[in-house]
Formats: sequence, structure tokens, C-alpha cells
Amino acid sequence: MEFELSEEQRAFRDVLRRFADERIAPVARDWELSGRHPTEIVDGLAELGLFGILVPEEYGGLALDAVSYGIVFEEISRAWMGIAGFLGTHSLATNLLTRFGTDEQRRAHLPDLAAGRRISALGLTEPGAGSDLQGITTRAVRDGDAYVLNGVKTWLTNAAIAEPIVVLVVTDPTAEPRHRGLSLLLVDAGLDGVEISGDIPKLGYHGTSSHEVAFTDVRVPATALLGGEEGLGFKQAVSALEIGRVNIAARSVGLARASYDAAVAYATQREAFGHPIAEFQAIQLKLADMATELQAGRLMWHWAAAAMDAGGRSDLQTGMAKLYCSEMALRASLTALRVHGGYGFSQEFEVERYYRDAPLMAIGEGTSDILRIVIARRLIAGEALS
Amino acid sequence: MKVLVPVKRVPDTAGEKKIDPNDRTVDRESVESVLCPVNEFAIEEAMRLKEQQDAEVTVLLVGPESAQPVVRKALSYGLDAGVQVVDDAVVGSDALGTAEVLAKALAAEEFDLVIFGNQSTDARTCLVPAAVAEILGLPALTYARHLEIDGDQITVHREHEEGWDVVESSLPAVVSVVEAINEPRYPSFKGIMAAKSKPLEVRSLDDLDVDTSRVGSDNAAAIMYEFRDRPPKEPGTIVEDDGSGAAATQLADWLVEKKFV
Ligand SMILES: Cc1cc2nc3c(=O)[nH]c(=O)nc-3n(C[C@H](O)[C@H](O)[C@H](O)COP(=O)(O)OP(=O)(O)OC[C@H]3O[C@@H](n4cnc5c(N)ncnc54)[C@H](O)[C@@H]3O)c2cc1C
Repeated sequence: MEFELSEEQRAFRDVLRRFADERIAPVARDWELSGRHPTEIVDGLAELGLFGILVPEEYGGLALDAVSYGIVFEEISRAWMGIAGFLGTHSLATNLLTRFGTDEQRRAHLPDLAAGRRISALGLTEPGAGSDLQGITTRAVRDGDAYVLNGVKTWLTNAAIAEPIVVLVVTDPTAEPRHRGLSLLLVDAGLDGVEISGDIPKLGYHGTSSHEVAFTDVRVPATALLGGEEGLGFKQAVSALEIGRVNIAARSVGLARASYDAAVAYATQREAFGHPIAEFQAIQLKLADMATELQAGRLMWHWAAAAMDAGGRSDLQTGMAKLYCSEMALRASLTALRVHGGYGFSQEFEVERYYRDAPLMAIGEGTSDILRIVIARRLIAGEALS
Repeated sequence: MKVLVPVKRVPDTAGEKKIDPNDRTVDRESVESVLCPVNEFAIEEAMRLKEQQDAEVTVLLVGPESAQPVVRKALSYGLDAGVQVVDDAVVGSDALGTAEVLAKALAAEEFDLVIFGNQSTDARTCLVPAAVAEILGLPALTYARHLEIDGDQITVHREHEEGWDVVESSLPAVVSVVEAINEPRYPSFKGIMAAKSKPLEVRSLDDLDVDTSRVGSDNAAAIMYEFRDRPPKEPGTIVEDDGSGAAATQLADWLVEKKFV
């Protein structure tokens, strides 16, 4: 059994760890609280090549394996979750184009997206449907050489600046089962009839913007149908977004690590009753649990990512890793806050941000309960745990 | 234009270094080995010459086989090729012995410019660049905080305590750079991926025709007789501000005493 990263994966980790320590962590708290756009960080990520993280090399990307991909998100999230947010969504949208785009669509979009000259977004969720994606109602009706689009999407990361937004739409409302009536369209946010809200006010995840997007009689060229065939959208989304679970699991571990590091540093320096609080067993138990769960989480996402890289079906592994790591990160951020006492509640320390950023990990890319259902279905269907 | 950048493997600068009492060299097991951070400035300068003047840049390292990841690390910044001198006889060489090997290794290559870091973060002797230039009979332009190439002329700003001197010479030449010269980039992921397949040649002292009576611990001119742990850090002085202005005088006196102003 091997638990070692390859030399290349270690090199990726080292560069990113350094970038995160030098360029992200020192400004994260200020910029997150003031809402300043992380322009310099975005530019730095582009120089590192990370906008093309899942894009094939022929289009200027890196085509990283799932383990390397996770390493990137773990290291960024350790410094600032909001940065991982916009890059994560972009990577998933480019993965859809890579996996299912026609040659023409790939050529038209991927080089710019890989270089960071453009950014992409993903439009699945609607005000009335999130977990139940087959219940979406945004409608695309074919009219000559275009689709006419009507409906509303919400919580769209990056949407205000995205080109394109990959939007899940209903092309055939009569299809049975419903998913056969869904398709993905590559929609340019600048088209007439696209209305994008300001950043949705939210608990955490600042640095990544979230928008509601309304489509009113938007004419999208028919050539923008992903893959050029109707009715495949749901399957395409489910398949290309599976790596998103590795993404969230790795991010969760990054956040838990930041929480743990902060807790240890604080506990060894803060004194109460004449002792550093790290000498109290109640604090030691917390640190030990955090470190143990953190290590379990890391092994779990490595395991899930390795299963993806090996090919074949891996949704059981990725589902388990996402479920465990996100819930673990929630616990870790709360524990770190407790260890800090009243200061944990202060915006002068980092842990309150970790606490605000953690819950999304258990919501996006499948809520914890939805993942439990997915996992249980696989188990009941007879999948053995290797 | 051909540029060579000699780099060194050093114990992690942030790590707590230990001396092995048996051979009185740094205990490499006790701390992770890394590319010397000062070399990153030399690499950055070489990369700029590559980008602006299409220079071809080769990295050179003298060190055991296990130091190969450091060569690859240097290549990941975008350099073209690597040369590594591997020979047991080099072990324990002092600055002069190392300079001897480097000079021979450089002489075996074609080059217009050699860019060193001005010192390594482990030994900090600052001797090697000038020694190499001396052995090769080339101009040494050390402590460069700015560097310009125009045809076969090089101009550097040579840093010293009161500012800098403008120093010029013809090429080929040997330069050492200080950290003020630039802001090193990060290796890109593409650079890391490409580093694996960049050409890397390994040479022995025999290949380079090095006189082994001048290298290795037995022939070192610098001998370490004794070593001690660094004294523990003294607690700092705390200046209390009582509102009378005395604190400012105290601070100013302290700065003068320490020669900061
Ligand atoms: C900051 C942020 C960024 C986001 N970015 C994007 C984006 O870029 N693109 C995008 O498309 N979406 C995005 N989302 C949306 C996100 O993917 C959804 O919020 C998520 O999928 C959950 O959907 P929902 O909010 O509609 O919740 P619902 O599906 O309404 O779920 C509500 C609750 O009911 C539970 N539930 C639902 N169905 C079942 C069931 N069958 N059995 C048991 N329990 C059930 C859920 O677990 C949950 O607890 C983002 C959300 C946030 C907060």
C-alpha cells in the first residue's frame, strides 16, 4: 500500500503551499471582510496555469490527475476558501466542455478558459430546484437556428463575469424519465435578455461571487448546445461534476487544517489559571480529535481521487469522501473557535472565517443527506466495500 | 546567448540545522534539503534573459545523486537543461574546493554569462563566485542588484553599504546577484511537468579532469575545529511609554547604539 505522493505531486503541493502562504494568507482576512476583489491572487493563479487545471494540454491546459487536482484545492482553501470557490466552479465548467464539447466548442472556448483570459460558470440550481436537478424548469425552445431561453437560475458562482455559463435547461418537457429532456447550453452572459443580479449577500465564501441569473427570451445559437445533441445534459453534468466532490472533500480538509493549525498555535500561547491552555486535557482531547479526523479525511479524499484516476466507477468513494470531509470540516471549525474562547468570535482572528466558510462544504455539490442517499443506494444495490 | 546558473542544495533555511559531530558537516538527515533560496534570484534573472534575449539557460549543480530533485526544481522555473556533477570525492569540499569543481564544470560548457546567487543560506561565505571567476580568469561582477546586457557588454549595479557602484565588463563574465535584484516567480505547473523531461547530464570529476588533490574534506583549506549550538535567544527589551516622551528617547538611543541609524 502506498501513501506517498509522486515527486511531481509534491512539487505541485510545495509551490501552491508557498503561493498560499505568501500571497493569499497574509491578505485573506482583510480582503474577505472588506469585500475587496482578489485581483492579484487571480492573476497569480493564472500565471501558475491553474485556470487550465482540467483542460487538455493541446488546449493549453494541465489535464491534472484527480489527486493533483485535490492538492491544489486543499492548499488554496487552507489560506482562503473564497479563492478555491471561483477556481473550483471554473474547473468544473471547463471539465464539461472538455469531456462533452464538440471539437468546435472546445477550440472556441478552452484555450481562453485555460489561460484565464475568460472565466466560466455553471448554472444548474434554480430557486425551485437544487438537489432535485431533474425538477428544473428553465426552458429552451428550438426556433430556427437558435434556442429561446426562459427561466431563472440562482447561486451561480462567477456568473457576472462568465463567458460562457454552462446552463442546464429543459429541451423536452414531455420526456420520460425527465432527465432525458435536459440539455446543457453554453450561454454568453452578454446576450440580450440575460439579467444578472448583484452578489447575493451570504454568510461566508466571500471572494467568490454568487448571482441570480434571469433569462427572458434569450436567443442562444443552436451551436451552443453542449455536444450538439439534446437530452444528454443531466448525464453530462453528473459525470463531469463527480470530480467536484473530490474538490469539496479536499477543500474541506484544507479548511480543517487551517482550523487545526490555528487551534494549536492559540492553545500553546494562551494562558489561563497560570498554564498554557494546551496543558489542559479538555483542550488536548479537542486537538487530538481534530488531528485524527483531519488525517482520516485526507486519506479519504486521496483514496477517492486515486479511485477516480484508476478509471471505472468511483461515485461511492467520492460520495463518502465528500460527506465525511465536509462534516469533519464543520466540526473542526467549531472546535477551533471554541479553543479560542471569546477571541474565536472576534474578526481579529481567522477562525471565525473558517466557521463561516465551513457549512457550504456540506451543501454544495450535493448536500450531506443527498450523498448519504447516493451512498446507501450503491450499498443496497450490492456494491461491496473493498 | 548562453547562460549558466550554478545552484546549490542546502538544508531548509527555516529548519533547525544540526552539525554531525563525526564529520563536522551539516547533518542532512536532520532537516529537509531544498534549492538554496538565493539561487531563485539568479534563476529569475536568467529567465528574464531567456524571455528578453532568447538566452539558453543551463543549471549546474555539484552534489550527490540524491540532490537531483533540486536540479529538477531549478528546471521547473523554465530553464532549458541541467548538468550535475556527482562524485564521492567532492564530499566535504570547502568553498575553494567547490569552486575548483564548478570552474572545471563551467569550462566544459560554452557560455557567455554565469549567474550565481551571492551566497548560500547554509555556509554564507560569499566566496565561491569570485573564486570561480579567478580560476577561470574571467571578470567577476559580484553583489549585483541590477543587471543589463547589451551585445557583449554587461553592466551591473554592485551593491555595498552606502549604495551601489556601476560596474561594466565584456562577456563572458561571472556575476553574483543579491536578493534586491528581482522578485522571483513561482514555478508554473507546466514548468513542473516539463522539468521531468528536460535533458540532464551527469558528470564525474574524471570526466571534467578535476585535480582531486584540491577537493574533498582531506584537502580543504578551511578546517572546523569546534562547533557549538547557537546561544538561546535573549528576551527583547520592552520600552514602556509613560507619556513623558522618555520612551522615544530610549528608542532613539537604542537605535543609535545598535547602529541602525
Ligand atoms: C455559495 C453557494 C454557491 C453555489 N454555487 C453554485 C453554482 O455555481 N452553480 C449552481 O448550479 N449551484 C450553485 N449553488 C447551489 C447549490 O448547489 C445548491 O444550494 C445545493 O445543490 C442544494 O440545493 P438547494 O439549495 O435547492 O436545497 P434543496 O435541494 O431544497 O435542499 C434543502 C434540504 O432538503 C434536503 N433534501 C432535498 N431532497 C432530499 C431528499 N430526496 N431526501 C432527503 N433530504 C432531501 C437537503 O439535504 C437539504 O437539507 C451554490 C450554493 C451556494 C450556497
